[in-house]
Amino acid sequence: MSASSSVAPPAAAARPARRRGGALRRFLRHRLAVFGAGVILFLTLACALGPYLLPFTDTHIDIMQRFAPPFSGAHVLGTDALGRDMLARLLMAGRISLLVGFSAMAISMVIGIAVGIVSGYYGGVVGTVLMRFVDAMLCFPSIFLLLAISALINASVSSIILLIAITSWMEVARIVEAQIRALRARDFAVAAEALGASDRRVMFRELLPNAIAPIVVAATLNVAHAILAESYISFLGYGIQPPTPSWGNMLDSAQSYLTSAPWLAILPGLAITLAVTSFNFIGDGLRDALDPRMDGR
Amino acid sequence: MSSYVIRRLLQGAGLLLLVSMIGFAILHLAPGGPLSQFAAGGDMTQEDLDRVAAQLGLDRPLPIQYLDWLWRMLQGDWGLSYRDQQPVLSVIGSHLGATLELMLTSTLLAMMIGAWVGILGAIRRYSLFDGFATIGAMIALSIPTFWFGLVVIYVFSVGLGWLPSGNRYTIGDESLANRVHHLIGPCMVLALVSTAVWSRYMRSSMLDVIHQDYIRTARSKGIPERRILIHHAVRNALLPMITITGLHLPTLLSGALVTETVFTWPGMGRLFLDSINYRDYPVVMGILMFTAVLVLLGSLLADLLYNVADPRLGANAT
Repeated sequence: MSASSSVAPPAAAARPARRRGGALRRFLRHRLAVFGAGVILFLTLACALGPYLLPFTDTHIDIMQRFAPPFSGAHVLGTDALGRDMLARLLMAGRISLLVGFSAMAISMVIGIAVGIVSGYYGGVVGTVLMRFVDAMLCFPSIFLLLAISALINASVSSIILLIAITSWMEVARIVEAQIRALRARDFAVAAEALGASDRRVMFRELLPNAIAPIVVAATLNVAHAILAESYISFLGYGIQPPTPSWGNMLDSAQSYLTSAPWLAILPGLAITLAVTSFNFIGDGLRDALDPRMDGR
Repeated sequence: MSSYVIRRLLQGAGLLLLVSMIGFAILHLAPGGPLSQFAAGGDMTQEDLDRVAAQLGLDRPLPIQYLDWLWRMLQGDWGLSYRDQQPVLSVIGSHLGATLELMLTSTLLAMMIGAWVGILGAIRRYSLFDGFATIGAMIALSIPTFWFGLVVIYVFSVGLGWLPSGNRYTIGDESLANRVHHLIGPCMVLALVSTAVWSRYMRSSMLDVIHQDYIRTARSKGIPERRILIHHAVRNALLPMITITGLHLPTLLSGALVTETVFTWPGMGRLFLDSINYRDYPVVMGILMFTAVLVLLGSLLADLLYNVADPRLGANAT
């Protein structure tokens, strides 16, 4: 899986050859990944700046204009059951959903990398126990775990971020553990150890940088996962709580208006799908760019 | 072979123990622990709460409580539902059929379409079809299941009026035709993600196989291409899919919960959500543990089956 395993470098203690020179070029050749990156950039900018440019705020209630369909009047994407502007709400919701996606990813990466690096480096009883714990956590279907815990806590944006993070670090831990375990036996790591480098130095300065490619890919896919997870639990009523809008909770009440105002359901769903697809495309492109030997598999 | 089976079973048992510890920890994570239901009522004094805690054995050290809880779980005593005082296991059992019906049919659908798409994509690698299948699978994996459910209801129930928008059958009409009619929508929705997963793995498994020596040998012997693909390639490429099906079980269960909610399908996932709404913790915990055990057994079974199905992984290989 890694960009640098199995093929031994010519010099005995040389680090794995850095083949990342062409990575950007390879990424740019991956048209879907570039498309995804463009969409994410656009969505991020739109959500960050858009609300300042719109004539309506997301909380502006105009009861005379409720259920205005898209492209029909002053409200470009129509209004909801309270006459709030859909576009303004979508953008504000996007802020929350993207924030949850990125923050949950960051926290889950920290946990996953920490667990993976410790169990991969030390191995033995510690490694076995940690990895079996990962296996056990993965036995719980994610939505069931998310809902069971979210029912026990007070839902707020930060608690939802934490909740998603603590239920999505396991795959990362597995990937990092396998990488570190393989790299640890390589000459450059053995050499660093023989030179008297501390454990921490070997782990974070020698091993981790060489395992960065699959970690970056996993991080990208984790953002996609976190956005989806937020939308699931918010749709089911246990995620981000109104009045704070998120793409998931905008869909929460949409099912009851499916006949009369289908855009309430269609628009936030499209936003989620667009964002998640884009992150998946980027992840795919990064995998190809950072690991040329995968060759389109 | 048998030593492998024994080792794998022991691993499974160890994992089950860890799973039960995590489940127990979540149960005690609730503010006030298992007592929160009584405390939430607000009409009990601290003295009353202490007495109930003593009655339920909650004043004992945690490890003792855990062992006691585990022992009762193993004996099939999973507690009583707060809602109707029914044993948790029988409540789960009465909803299991609907979930299994949905999961099995959608898995079959996903296998058929996914395998076909994957095989064709591998044979005509980098063709237009392969490209569309790749992008299609990626999008299918990104669509929130519940939203796809809403779209299906909007198009097929609200718009075209072809499919019912929910429930397992019309009340008073439990004929097979009526049940199948109700099953189409949710089955289609749940199968979306599985189809994408199947097509991706089938494609890569097929690509692995068609570059093997025995395929080249078969070609050089002049066996017709069609026969090579069906008899030599596909049969071998399907083997790893046993493992994939096992690994996919948690995702499938999560998908089933959401699908059941959208289509008001009376299965385990919907029961889980209802129980959370009612704060019916024994049932919530019961289903959480039940699904985890199901996933564990699923992956164990997939491993053992794969071992039996592929003679190359005999006693020597493991």
